[in-house]
Amino acid sequence: MAEFALPANSKIGTGKTWPAPSGAKKTKTFKVYRWNPDDGQNPRVDSYTIDLDACGPMVLDALIKIKNEIDPTLTFRRSCREGVCGSCAMNIDGTNTLACTKNLHDVDGDVKIYPLPHQPVVKDLVPDLNQAYAQLQSIEPWLKTTSPAPGRERPQSPEERAKLDGLWECILCFCCSTSCPSYWWNGERYLGPAILLQAYRWIADSRDEFAGERLDQLEDPFRLYRCHTIMNCTRTCPKSLNPAKAIAEIKKLMVERKG
Amino acid sequence: MSLRSPLARVRHLGSAHDGTAHWWAQRLTALALVPLVLWFVISVISLIGSDYESFVDWAGSPVSGALLVLLIGATFWHAALGLQVVIEDYVHREGCKLASVLLVKGACLLLGAIAALSVLSLMV
Repeated sequence: MAEFALPANSKIGTGKTWPAPSGAKKTKTFKVYRWNPDDGQNPRVDSYTIDLDACGPMVLDALIKIKNEIDPTLTFRRSCREGVCGSCAMNIDGTNTLACTKNLHDVDGDVKIYPLPHQPVVKDLVPDLNQAYAQLQSIEPWLKTTSPAPGRERPQSPEERAKLDGLWECILCFCCSTSCPSYWWNGERYLGPAILLQAYRWIADSRDEFAGERLDQLEDPFRLYRCHTIMNCTRTCPKSLNPAKAIAEIKKLMVERKG
Repeated sequence: MSLRSPLARVRHLGSAHDGTAHWWAQRLTALALVPLVLWFVISVISLIGSDYESFVDWAGSPVSGALLVLLIGATFWHAALGLQVVIEDYVHREGCKLASVLLVKGACLLLGAIAALSVLSLMV
């Protein structure tokens, strides 16, 4: 059955509190999920109050400040700090998004930060995304052809290229997949919005010659049809893409090729 | 504990090459139910205050009878398809899942057959 309560070893307790530095005028408190696989303890939520006058504007700036100046044990992924790499995807203020593009001004009150939901946690804010990466590998996200390779680029008209807009921009942060209840309950079989958007990106590519085979691989009650148009994916996407629409396009193609 | 690779676990038993007919039927029965339910509600309202005989005449006429049977068919077909999806979403033990889906489909078939035959019995 779907689990509606956390298992005993995942119940979250209250952790340490780091008060605001003395003399700070503008402060904000960050409540951050902490879990260390090595200490045998349950997860906890630590509170850090920091001086916003000595901090950059984004949630990632605050996390880096906490790690550098308050608690070096805080663990999270980050790389590009400009919304291109997808490393710092996490659940901030109840919504999956990128810490580097989430402005602190957009969060009322305390900033609650958790790892991406319903994935195994490696440590603190670092989720284990191996299943999602394997699912990406399973849809073979590369150009596939049987025609012999031309001695030049494969041509594509501007109209054909425009069909990839809204698809190629995906940075594979998995905010969408981990916001999807269907992916929570059936993630081992349902491919999830991020992977289905990638699948459609290759189905929609005019240069690809394997659209039919790609549809064959997706046509499955679980791989594709666990999508119930809940739309969390589209609502949460930090790049403002529309995975739900990509999935709807795949479903339309499935019906189109039957008739 | 499994030592299978993540890709082997994701590929698992492969694609069922199925599901489109189920999804399409669920949408079509939903669409069909819009006019059928509207017609049914309006008809029942217009029959308020009528006696038993005039209701039997209405339900037993070829047009009303046919529409009633279609309404019953679409309702129980749609219910069976929708409940199957709910069970597949939330029930993860294979035996339990299979039993629940068969039970729901059997119940929908039985209730639909009883309802349809009740309408037909008014026509003879």
